[in-house]
Amino acid sequence: MSMTSLLAWINAAVTFGTIIMLGSVGEILTEKSGNLNLGVPGIMYLGAIGALAGAFFYENGNPAPNAVVSLIISLICALAASGLGGLLYCFMTVTLRANQNVTGLTLTIFGSGVANFFGGSLVKLSGGVGQISVAAASSAYRAQIPGLANSLGIFGTIFFNYGFLTYTSILIALAAGYFLKKTRAGLNLRAVGENPATADAAGINVIKYKYVATTIGAMIEGLGGVYYVMDYIKGTWDTGGGIEALGWLAVALVIFTSWKPISAIWGSFVFGICYWVYLYIPGSISIALAKALGTSNPSHMQNLYRMIPYLVTIVILILVSKRKRRENQNPQSLGISYFREER
Amino acid sequence: MRNKYEKPHDSVKEPLIHLVRRADIPVAKAWLIRLVCVLAGLLVCALFIMSITSLNPISVYASMFSGAFGTSRRIWQTLKDMGMLLIIAIGLAPAFKLRFWNVGAEGQILIGGLVSAAWMIHLGGKVPGFFLIILMAVSAALAGAVWGLIPAYFKAKYKTNETLFTLMMNYVALQLVEFCVDLWDKKQSHSVGIINGDTKAGWLSPLFGQQFAPVVLIAAILTAAMYFYMKHSKHGFEISVAGESENTARYAGISVSKVILRTMAISAGICGIAGFLEVAGVSHTISSLTAGGRGFTAIIVAWLGKFNPLAMSLITAILAFLSRGANQIASDFNFNTYASEILTGIILFFILASEFFINYQIRFRSKKGKEAA
Amino acid sequence: MEDRSAVRMENVTKRFGSVTANDHVSMSINYGEILSILGENGSGKTTLMNMLAGIYYPDEGYFYVNGREVTIKSPHDAYRLGIGMIHQHFKLIDVFTAAENIILGIEGSRTYDLKEVNQKVREIAAQYGFDIDPEQKVYEMSVAQKQTLEIVKILYRGANILILDEPTAVLTPQETAKLFKVLKAMRADGKAVVLITHKLNEVLELSDRVTILRKGQYITTIPTPVATEQILTEAMVGEKVTLDIDRPMPVNPEKRLEVRHLTVYNDERIKALDDVSFDVYSGEILGIAGISGCGQKELLEAIAGLQRIEEGGSIVYTDPSGNEKDLAGVPVREIRNLGIHLSFVPEDRLGMGLVASMGMTENMMLKEYDRGRSPFLNRTSSLKIADEIKNELDVSTPSLDTPVRKLSGGNVQKVLVGREIAAEPVILMTAYAVRGLDISKSYTIYNLLTEQKKKGVAVIYVGEDLDVLLALADRILVLCGGKANGMLDARTVTKEEVGRRMTNIVNEEAKA
Repeated sequence: MSMTSLLAWINAAVTFGTIIMLGSVGEILTEKSGNLNLGVPGIMYLGAIGALAGAFFYENGNPAPNAVVSLIISLICALAASGLGGLLYCFMTVTLRANQNVTGLTLTIFGSGVANFFGGSLVKLSGGVGQISVAAASSAYRAQIPGLANSLGIFGTIFFNYGFLTYTSILIALAAGYFLKKTRAGLNLRAVGENPATADAAGINVIKYKYVATTIGAMIEGLGGVYYVMDYIKGTWDTGGGIEALGWLAVALVIFTSWKPISAIWGSFVFGICYWVYLYIPGSISIALAKALGTSNPSHMQNLYRMIPYLVTIVILILVSKRKRRENQNPQSLGISYFREER
Repeated sequence: MRNKYEKPHDSVKEPLIHLVRRADIPVAKAWLIRLVCVLAGLLVCALFIMSITSLNPISVYASMFSGAFGTSRRIWQTLKDMGMLLIIAIGLAPAFKLRFWNVGAEGQILIGGLVSAAWMIHLGGKVPGFFLIILMAVSAALAGAVWGLIPAYFKAKYKTNETLFTLMMNYVALQLVEFCVDLWDKKQSHSVGIINGDTKAGWLSPLFGQQFAPVVLIAAILTAAMYFYMKHSKHGFEISVAGESENTARYAGISVSKVILRTMAISAGICGIAGFLEVAGVSHTISSLTAGGRGFTAIIVAWLGKFNPLAMSLITAILAFLSRGANQIASDFNFNTYASEILTGIILFFILASEFFINYQIRFRSKKGKEAA
Repeated sequence: MEDRSAVRMENVTKRFGSVTANDHVSMSINYGEILSILGENGSGKTTLMNMLAGIYYPDEGYFYVNGREVTIKSPHDAYRLGIGMIHQHFKLIDVFTAAENIILGIEGSRTYDLKEVNQKVREIAAQYGFDIDPEQKVYEMSVAQKQTLEIVKILYRGANILILDEPTAVLTPQETAKLFKVLKAMRADGKAVVLITHKLNEVLELSDRVTILRKGQYITTIPTPVATEQILTEAMVGEKVTLDIDRPMPVNPEKRLEVRHLTVYNDERIKALDDVSFDVYSGEILGIAGISGCGQKELLEAIAGLQRIEEGGSIVYTDPSGNEKDLAGVPVREIRNLGIHLSFVPEDRLGMGLVASMGMTENMMLKEYDRGRSPFLNRTSSLKIADEIKNELDVSTPSLDTPVRKLSGGNVQKVLVGREIAAEPVILMTAYAVRGLDISKSYTIYNLLTEQKKKGVAVIYVGEDLDVLLALADRILVLCGGKANGMLDARTVTKEEVGRRMTNIVNEEAKA
């Protein structure tokens, strides 16, 4: 493999990894509060469409849109949309005590519906024609630190070839790790997820912690959606369900990291490498495999290679289930609604 | 110190809202609460459609009604949608009764459809039609069962998280379908097109002149059979016991692992059959869209319907109506069909919320109650 | 008196659905005293104190703390008022260290310094003589260590009113003595200490006053110096009780089970049973005594075929016609298929013995449903048995299909015991069969067991109340830390002797 393609592979893995890193860091915070939110894909969708819609309405009504303004507007809209998704999840599961899995799946259906509907119809709804595109915002998201990527050779290509959200997401993961480990609020949050009755008896406002952690977690997940739509697919929309698969991988990554945000940093890049491996498997292998499977076209093999991240996840799940250390297990009350007076 | 009979301090703060779990609720009242919640959900759906179209609520529902029931063909389309969703939900019900989170219906449907399509393509015209159909159905059920047994085995043996495992199996199935589509597609169009469009080999033949009647009939039969299985068979009893408490199952001498494997084989097998019906009875093709998200919606149907076939039928009917109706509006106004997912989400949230009002009573605290003491 | 008042409650009422747990209770707690709250299981003692600790919110009534009316909406409010409660089920986070548990929920600076906390905990421990390692994880702690941690936690927060819910239930006598010393020190310190208990000796030994509750109602408060066991018992149960259990001599006892060298490891891979040997005879009640968690559960489960038995152990069953069969390691269903009528009333009624969401009829099927070759269920015989049990044992339930979790504790137990007896057992094992039942329902159960004994059934009765064991059983096997610590004749042995063996290994082979 050439150096160029290796670098391209790493760049693609980091870009991809950033999305699921944000998704899984958000979900770690959520799960630490005892909420198993299977609505991650839905919330990422909401963040994505929030950003896209915000930028679209600004850029559409403005002949010479300012990229930074567009970026700020889209970020605010994305955080609002995904935060509302988190609030909705909390309202259903914490206040109304609905089943967490079912609520999460419903949120995924709803979020995917909202995002794909408006992603495909925004232009038409505002009286225009053609595909949606928010060039200014996307360019701002993808802007690199001037000079660094090109002037530092391989080092620059590996480390500085990304938009600001990549670095922000690493900072968010580090901050989340610090929060959980070192702060009082983090300790209280972990207690809520482990044993809400105990946390309650210790005077911790369980409901507030669940709401705040889940909503902030949802906003972080929403940023994953923003990154997808603004950086990964460059300010357009695709209805192919790409975010959904990424959202589920983010949920799987949570288990892989043993609920440690800092492990999500390198874990997500490993997932990124797995995801893009299908483009970098040597042709000779594909030809041999294609021959063995009786097809004349080796490029068909890519369809099979694309199973790799999912198969890897399955293997990880199995290995994790044999893991016995108490500290690496999920929060004890994960998935269970809490009602103080239940008896 | 305060005198015993003195009135309480005015500044004393009391929780405004106080929740109490209901001891029991009459069945009729429970259904009334559900009905109110569904109606509220339908109202919100109408408001949403109003906001993106120029229609008023009445014409929204008139238009949706016409989309779902306007012609005999549309009625059958809606019935078919309902039947397909119901079959998947019926398949999932025993797994959920066992508290096994089978989120892999999508993959099990795809794999069942894939196997059916494989036989259609490779044996179409070479074996008698009836034999081909049976072969397709049986192998679709088996393929679905295998797809479900893999995560079930690891759940039974190592308690591996089945939610994510089955979810990942969906994507493995999806890639397998894409691979086969490319493999079988002779025109490099990433599609296999309508299979056997000329010979109709492997197509379910219409009943009473209706293309979708076989699907609807099979849905009805499977629903009745599953009801009977869950309610009256020893297996059904074991599922209920093991799903409620593993310790009780152990006490009664029920092998939980065995029940997990057997139940998942049945659950995933039925989802495989759903894939067969989609390919042989509805679309006559295979693609990554064959499952179409119904595997997820069906989970929620199974959960909300509490495994009660009647409740499940009602929910699928509402969802089929909404989806057909939304598609009508989408095509009238030239929108994409994702509007129906939004409506599905809204109505499911409302039905989910209804459970709360059935299980809990909200009491607003008043001072009167205290002074009565 | 007035200025020593810590807490006063007036007309406090709490209902759970149709059950009234506390019915217009009024009482007071003073600083510098140890107050016992005495009552049977289900008398509402814990519920009442849970309201003071902010776990439950009352339906009616007033609370006064330090003379001011207060509303306690949450444990947080309780802490602010200086009220701390040590629950029977410890409220600790397993994966946290002792120190992390102690500072949990305390307001303060944004971050915390664990080293500083550890230091402070060590200081408190030194001051009161507690044995605690602040860096130890809770899941590695013994029960007594966890309780110590709970007390330190409350002291760390500066509580002046301490409530302890049945603190000695899980402790050895030595640990109990240590605890009592600490409590007395706290009283001397001017703190208000509330002890929830149903043990008379603790009340008499420790407290200054005793408040008695019965069936959710306040009965009376007595200064301890004038209290006697007789007075307290009468106030607690409402009428004079003599344990008048009919105990006929066993008729023609035959050896049913010969248990030898039984060793079992529990789920945590700790030796729960250590080389236990004893015999079980027909027509007698074998009582099993021991502090809770000393292997009773594992012993019954091992016989029932629900536990893995270590190499070398045997459980030889002899049927009434003299055939022998080793049941060690034979799974429960196979025992059933061998035609051995072994009935078992487990401790966890709704979580093991019954299916909580099913009605009586379906619960009757639990051990019968797989009879016959048909793949379908046969409800007829279960319906008949359910109906018979409902009538004969006077089970109060709206219908045979009402989920058993909606029944009261006594009725649940009747359903379970009724089913196990209806199976015409040769061996009948019961674990804590009367726990949570009132006196009259307990007697129903004792009579049922004695009736079975008269029919020649070998009855094994695991119990916690020594008076009952001494009055009901023919022989008593004492378990101590998983070891057999003596087989005693229940008619001649003293309560003190049984109590001694429960806590100290006696150097003598258990006689079969």
